[in-house]
Amino acid sequence: MFDVERWQEIFETLSKNKLRTFLTGLSVASGIFILVILLGFSSGIQNGVTSQFEKDATNSIAVWTGVTTKGYKGLNPGRRIQLKNQDFDNIVTKYDDNLEYKSAFYTIWGGLVNYKNESGNYRIQGVMPDNQFIENADIHQGRFINHSDVIGNKKVAVIGNKVSLDLFKGDDPIGKDISLYGINFKVVGVFFDPGGERDESKVMMPITTAQKAFNGGNDIRSMMYTVKMSDNFNEAVKLSEQVTLGIENDIKETHIIAPDDTSAIRVNNTLEEARKIYSLVDTIKAVFWFVGIGTIIAGVVGVGNIMLIIVKERTKEIGIRKALGAVPMSIVGMILQESVFVTMFSGLFGLVAGLALLEFVGPLIESDFIKYPQVDFNTALTTVFILVFAGAIAGFIPAYRAAKIKPIVALRDE
Amino acid sequence: MIQIKDLHKSYHMGSNSLHVLKGINFEVKEGELVSIMGSSGSGKSTLLNILGMLDEADEGSYTLDNVPIKNLNEKIAANYRNKFLGFIFQSFNLINYKSALDNVALPLYYQGSPRKERVERAMHYLDKVGLAPWSHHLPTELSGGQKQRVAIARALASDPKVLLADEPTGALDTKTSYEVMELIQGINDEGKTILVVTHEHDIAQMTKRIVNLKDGLIIDDSMVEQVRASQYV
Ligand SMILES: Nc1ncnc2c1ncn2[C@@H]1O[C@H](COP(=O)(O)OP(=O)(O)OP(=O)(O)O)[C@@H](O)[C@H]1O
Ligand SMILES: [Mg+2]
Repeated sequence: MFDVERWQEIFETLSKNKLRTFLTGLSVASGIFILVILLGFSSGIQNGVTSQFEKDATNSIAVWTGVTTKGYKGLNPGRRIQLKNQDFDNIVTKYDDNLEYKSAFYTIWGGLVNYKNESGNYRIQGVMPDNQFIENADIHQGRFINHSDVIGNKKVAVIGNKVSLDLFKGDDPIGKDISLYGINFKVVGVFFDPGGERDESKVMMPITTAQKAFNGGNDIRSMMYTVKMSDNFNEAVKLSEQVTLGIENDIKETHIIAPDDTSAIRVNNTLEEARKIYSLVDTIKAVFWFVGIGTIIAGVVGVGNIMLIIVKERTKEIGIRKALGAVPMSIVGMILQESVFVTMFSGLFGLVAGLALLEFVGPLIESDFIKYPQVDFNTALTTVFILVFAGAIAGFIPAYRAAKIKPIVALRDE
Repeated sequence: MIQIKDLHKSYHMGSNSLHVLKGINFEVKEGELVSIMGSSGSGKSTLLNILGMLDEADEGSYTLDNVPIKNLNEKIAANYRNKFLGFIFQSFNLINYKSALDNVALPLYYQGSPRKERVERAMHYLDKVGLAPWSHHLPTELSGGQKQRVAIARALASDPKVLLADEPTGALDTKTSYEVMELIQGINDEGKTILVVTHEHDIAQMTKRIVNLKDGLIIDDSMVEQVRASQYV
């Protein structure tokens, strides 16, 4: 294999057969190139779809309270459980590793909102900045509530599209003041919600502002968290159940609720939703695996085919070499070494070209369903080696046969 | 140098079989220049290919330089071809993408000599056939006569015991044929054993012995007064 003379002979052959070398190399390089692009875009589509649905897939946990139905530790049933800021903070601290977005809510179910002569009754909700992602609110204009709004109890509001249409009749609401029970709030943003009109009939403001304005003190009505996306559904289920159960127990303990009281506190998670998304992502993965394997097989067949043609074309040359004293194994070795060299070299070239293209073009793609088209370098390299190896095996058979035929038969080949 | 006894060879095509060589007995001594003649299809090339170990006989014995050539595996056959034999073909059989020099050097590559030595020896033999200035030309840039001379240089390069030439002048005009024969005679003068298959009487007359084949048998085998090709050139 590392015979210098052999390599010299091979380089000579390759450089003197530039067209053949070029064409072989081109077909291998373009095969790998296409494969890399395909793998890249499949991962891009996978990323895109995942991120599109990730928001919904993220398994969210909602916590709200009611009235106790069971006596416990000397306390009577019929007691209203009130969540406090401290409850929210405790959970955030305790489950920080597993939670992605978190928000507490202070909600007034119907509030009269005025702008000039227009008015309407809407749900008023004090929220935290993360709620934008928890509720999937799509900011259409302006911005969402941010941290400094919350810390500074700022009198700002983000209104749903329905509210904007009702009160502003198409005028730009940003920077205008709406009034709520005589208090003015500056509109800083308008949102759309995939949930539709009902979810867009809502006015959101910093939770601290809402608590102050509506005499809420430290009270919160409910809390929502999202659990970080795991790699697969089973993990997600396990994690989500752990966290859900943990939260429920913690609150029952701090608020002295009977362990079997089901109405004093409810902790819900949306696992079903997540299951669908996970299975969608799994399907996409499977499809691209299928396509990828198909492409590799096509590549292997292609390389094998090229080898077959090359060997056929060189039959006479093989005859001449044998007449001059080449042993069969040196013929096989020559053909294999040549082809492995060419496929390896051009395969790596195609690999680099494909990676470079993904690198430069990837970021320019503006589609929600294709994101960060990338190929894991090791995967791509493995693919090249599979192709080279399979090509060598596919080439070995015709090379071996050509080396075996009697020189006189090979010499007669035209 | 060569001893053949009762050599038989048949070709099988489907259910038909064609008995081409029907018991050839034949001996060639070192330094001979033998021509093999006979009508088309009489089995000349078949005989030569068997002598060259490019093909195998069905029956009979063949001894080359006191080595019995029998049931050789491919590797040994390749080795013997490389060491003992040089081939000259009607259609030259040069490798198209290799220069004249590289073509001549190829048998030396299979002999395992180092590159420097290959180039030197190849150059020496190219010079011997008068083609030193053409060493870097491709076969496509050479005339028929020049190609055949490159082939002769290649056949000589590995310093074989026997040269086998199957109609070496078959593709050449008369003048060029004589030039090639002059070269072959010169090589024979230096002591090399040479067998030449030919159709042409004038070419046969330039050898020292003519073997006549007919229907797979030798019908005539006689020494001739050698005509020197140089007198025509
Ligand atoms: N590979 C083969 N398969 C079948 N028949 C063959 C094969 N090679 C040669 N023959 C037949 O064997 C016979 C002898 O062929 P050969 O080539 O030895 O003749 P030749 O004397 O060299 O003729 P020519 O002067 O035309 O070259 C011919 O009838 C030919 O058709
Ligand atoms: Mg013939």
